[in-house]
Amino acid sequence: MAKVLLEMKNITKTFPGVKALDNVNLKVEEGEIHALVGENGAGKSTLMNVLSGIYPYGTYEGDIVYNGEVCKFSTIKDSEEKGIVIIHQELALVPYMSIGENMFLGNERGKSGAIDWNETYGEADKYLKMVGLSESSRVLVKDIGTGKQQLVEIAKALAKHAKLLILDEPTSSLNETDSKALLDLLLKFKKEGMTSIIISHKLNEVAYVADKITVIRDGATIETLDKHTTEISEDRIIQGMVGRELTDRFPKRHGVKIGDVNMEVKNWTVHHPLYPERKVCDDVSIKVRKGEVVGISGLMGAGRTELAMSIFGQSYGTNISGQLYLAGKEVHLKTVRQAIKNKLAYVTEDRKGNGLVLSNPIKVNTTLANLDSISPHMIIDKDKEYQVAEEYRGKLKTKCPTVEQNVGNLSGGNQQKVLLAKWMFADPDVLILDEPTRGIDVGAKYEIYCIINDLVAAGKSVIMISSELPEVLGMSDRIYIMNEGKIAGELSAEEATQEKIMSIIVTSGKGA
Amino acid sequence: MNKTVEILRKHTMKIVLVLIVIFFSVMTKGQMFAASSFQALIAQNAYVFVLAAGMLMCMLTGGNIDLSVGSFVCFIGAIGGIMMVRNNMSVPAAILLMIGAGVIYGIVEGFLIAYINIPPWIATLAGYLAFRGWGTALIGGSSIAPLPEGFSKLFNGSVPDFFGGSGLNITCIVVGVIVCVVFVLLQLKGRSDKLKKGYETEKMVSVIVRCILICAVILLFAYKLAQAGGIPNNLIWVAVILLIYNFITSKTTIGRYFYTIGGNVEATRLSGIDTKKIFFLAYLNMSVLTVISAWMTMARLSAGTSTAGTNYEMDAISACVVGGVSAYGGSGTVFGMVVGAALIGVINLGMSLMGIDANWQRVVKGVVLLAAVVFEIMNNKEKTKD
Repeated sequence: MAKVLLEMKNITKTFPGVKALDNVNLKVEEGEIHALVGENGAGKSTLMNVLSGIYPYGTYEGDIVYNGEVCKFSTIKDSEEKGIVIIHQELALVPYMSIGENMFLGNERGKSGAIDWNETYGEADKYLKMVGLSESSRVLVKDIGTGKQQLVEIAKALAKHAKLLILDEPTSSLNETDSKALLDLLLKFKKEGMTSIIISHKLNEVAYVADKITVIRDGATIETLDKHTTEISEDRIIQGMVGRELTDRFPKRHGVKIGDVNMEVKNWTVHHPLYPERKVCDDVSIKVRKGEVVGISGLMGAGRTELAMSIFGQSYGTNISGQLYLAGKEVHLKTVRQAIKNKLAYVTEDRKGNGLVLSNPIKVNTTLANLDSISPHMIIDKDKEYQVAEEYRGKLKTKCPTVEQNVGNLSGGNQQKVLLAKWMFADPDVLILDEPTRGIDVGAKYEIYCIINDLVAAGKSVIMISSELPEVLGMSDRIYIMNEGKIAGELSAEEATQEKIMSIIVTSGKGA
Repeated sequence: MNKTVEILRKHTMKIVLVLIVIFFSVMTKGQMFAASSFQALIAQNAYVFVLAAGMLMCMLTGGNIDLSVGSFVCFIGAIGGIMMVRNNMSVPAAILLMIGAGVIYGIVEGFLIAYINIPPWIATLAGYLAFRGWGTALIGGSSIAPLPEGFSKLFNGSVPDFFGGSGLNITCIVVGVIVCVVFVLLQLKGRSDKLKKGYETEKMVSVIVRCILICAVILLFAYKLAQAGGIPNNLIWVAVILLIYNFITSKTTIGRYFYTIGGNVEATRLSGIDTKKIFFLAYLNMSVLTVISAWMTMARLSAGTSTAGTNYEMDAISACVVGGVSAYGGSGTVFGMVVGAALIGVINLGMSLMGIDANWQRVVKGVVLLAAVVFEIMNNKEKTKD
C-alpha cells in the first residue's frame, strides 16, 4: 500500500444560505490518478478550491493533511509552495503574452524584480518538451490552439514543481485527439511518480485514466471506487452520481393544451466570438410549441447559453448561420430590439452580471425592456411605471418594502422574480429561461416553477435551460440534451430519467 | 437620532455649501454678500454649469469623461473670432458655423468612442492636445478682439429693466418672485397628485421647509442681482439648459438609459437598448454644450484667446464629482451637479476676495475634490451595510 499523500477530513464549507460541502472526505495516495465525479454543483470545484487555498483556512471546517502535516493555506501561493497546483477549467492564460511569459506569470525568473529573459525562455522550453509541445516558448498564446493551451497550463504547473496536480475539467474544450494526448500525458507523469486529481464529466475518460474514483453528490462524498478491487463501468459511476429520489418539488400542470409550433430553429451554427474557428453551437435544430415547456439539459460549457443568446438577436457569437422561425414565419433577428419586437425573451442565467441594474430600483428594472410602451413621446409616465411594477410585484409575490427599493438589496429569489417580471412585461410569446432557479432557495424555486406553469397556461412557450436534472425532469414536457455544441438527444417527459440523460451526455462525449 | 443622521447624510453637500458661504462671509467681513459678488459668481461660473451638464451625461454612462472640452472652447473661440472680426461674418452666420463645428466634432468623437471602442479618455486626450494647438495657431498670437457688440451682449449683458427702476432693477425682482411662486405651486401640486393616487409622499413639513429655503435663496439672488444691474443673460442661458437637462435625465426614456448603462451596460444591451447610440449621443451632446460655453467665454473676454478654456474640463468634472455624480457612472442628478458647481464657485470667489494666491487656491480645490469622492464612496459603503 502506497503512502497517503493527501487526506481531506470532514470538510464542511458553507456559503450564505447553502451548505456546499458537508463532511466530505477524500484520500489520495502518492502516485495515483484520482478522479472526482459528480453533477454540476455537487461540490467538486468547491472542494478543490478549499484544497488550493482559494477559500482560505478558517472559512471551512475540517482538516487538510498533506504529506503528513496539517495544512492551513490562506492563499493559492501557500498551497503552490507545497506543490499543490490547480489547473482551472477556464484557461487562465493571457492571450497576448508569449507562452514563456505566461508560464512564469507571478513566478518570474530573474533577480530582484528584473526578469531574466534567457532563463525564462530556456526553462519554459524545457517544460514544454516535457509535455510534448514542440512550439517555441516565444510564441504568443493566442496563436496556438486550445489543446496546446491546455498543455501550456500543465507545463506551467510543472514549472511550479507540482507534486499534486489538480485538473478541473481539463478536456472540456478539447477535441478527441487532444483529449487522448492529454490523458496519455497524465499516465506518463504517473509512471514518473506524479499524483493527480482529475475532475471530469467524461466518464469514459475517467474510467480510462483513474485508479480511484470518488463520487460526490449534493456536497457529500458518496463512495470511492477502486479500479483494482472493483469493476468500474460507466453505469456504475452514473448510478452513484444521480442516485437520488425525485420528490414532489414541482407543481403539476393541469390541462395545458400544447398547440402549434411557436418557435423553430434549424441547422443553427454559432462560432466563438474570440476564436472564430471554434464552433460553439453546431447544427442545432430545436422547436417549441405553444403551451409547452422544453428543457435543455447538458453540462456546463455544452453551448446552451450560447445557443439561447445567439437566437436572441445575435447577442452572442459570430458567423451565425441557420434558420429561425417564429409563429411559422422565418425571421432574421440582428439585434436584441428586433428579437423583443418579435416577441422573444431571453432571461439570463447571470442576473447580476447582465440581467439587472442592481443600483436601480425595482420599477426601473421591471420596465427596462419595454419602456417605450409606458412612455408616450419618449416621456416616461411615472404613474404607469409605478403601477406596472406594483402589478408584477403582486403577481410574482416579490417580497420587498416598495418598488422604489434598489434591486441590489433583494435576495436572490426576489431578484430572479424582478428579472422574470421585466421579461413578462416585455410581453413575449417565447421565453428562454436560462438557469431560472440558480442560487435561490427551495421555496422561491417552487414559486418560480408556478410562474412558469402560469406562462404556458397562458399559451406562451418556455424553453428552460437547466443544469439541475431533477428540475428538467420535473418541469419539462420534452427535453433536449446538448453536449459539445450539438443536440445529443431528445427525450419525452415520459421516457426521460436521470440515468438516460447522463448516459446520452456521456456516450455523445465518447463518440463524435 | 437615526433620522437626523439620514437627513444630514442626504443633504451633506448643501450643508457644506451653506457652511462655506458663512465661513467666507466672516473671513471677508461681509464682502461675500456684496451685490457684485453675486454677479461675479454667475459671470465667472456660467460656463461650468453648461459644461458640467454635458459632463454629467458622459459620466452617467460609466464614469466616462471628456478631456477635450477646454481646448475645444479655445478652438471655437478662434474660428468664431476669425470669422466675425477678420472676415466680417454676420453674428447669426458665425453662430451657425460654430454650432456646425461642434456637431461635426461631436459626431467624430462619438463615433470613435461608441463604435470603434476607443477608450473615452484617450479619444478626448487627442482632442485636448489637437484643439489647443489648432486654436492657438489659427489665432496666430494671443487674441482676436474685439468681438462684435451684438455677439457679446447675447451672453454677457443683462436683461434691460422693463419697469425703468433706478438703482434697483424691478424686472429682476419681479422675475424672482414669479419663479418662487411657480416653484411653490409645482411642489404643492406634485404632493397633492401623489396623495390623490395614494402613493407614498413626504411630510408637509419637509415640503414647506424646502419651499422656504429655496425661495429665500432665489429672492436673495433676485435682490442682489437687482442691485447689480439686473438679470445677467448668462443666467437665463444656464437656467434654460439646466431645466432641459433636468427634464431629460429625470423624465425621458433616453435619460433613463444613461443611468441604466452606467449601472449595467450588458443588462441594458440585453434589454434591447442600443447602448452604442447612447454613448454616441453623450459625446455629441457634450460637444454642442461646449460650443455654448465657448460663446459665454468669448463674450466675457470679448475676444477669442489662445488661453481660453484652460482647465475647463477639470472644472466640469470637479463640479460633477463634488455634486455627487458617481465617478463609476449610473448615479447623479442635475441638481446635485448644480450644488457641486456652486460649491466650487463659492470657494473660488471667497478665496479671491480673501486675496489668497491662485496657486494655493488650486491646492484647496484639489483637496475638496478628493474629500468629496472619499465621502461619496464611504457614504455608499455605509448605505450597503444597512
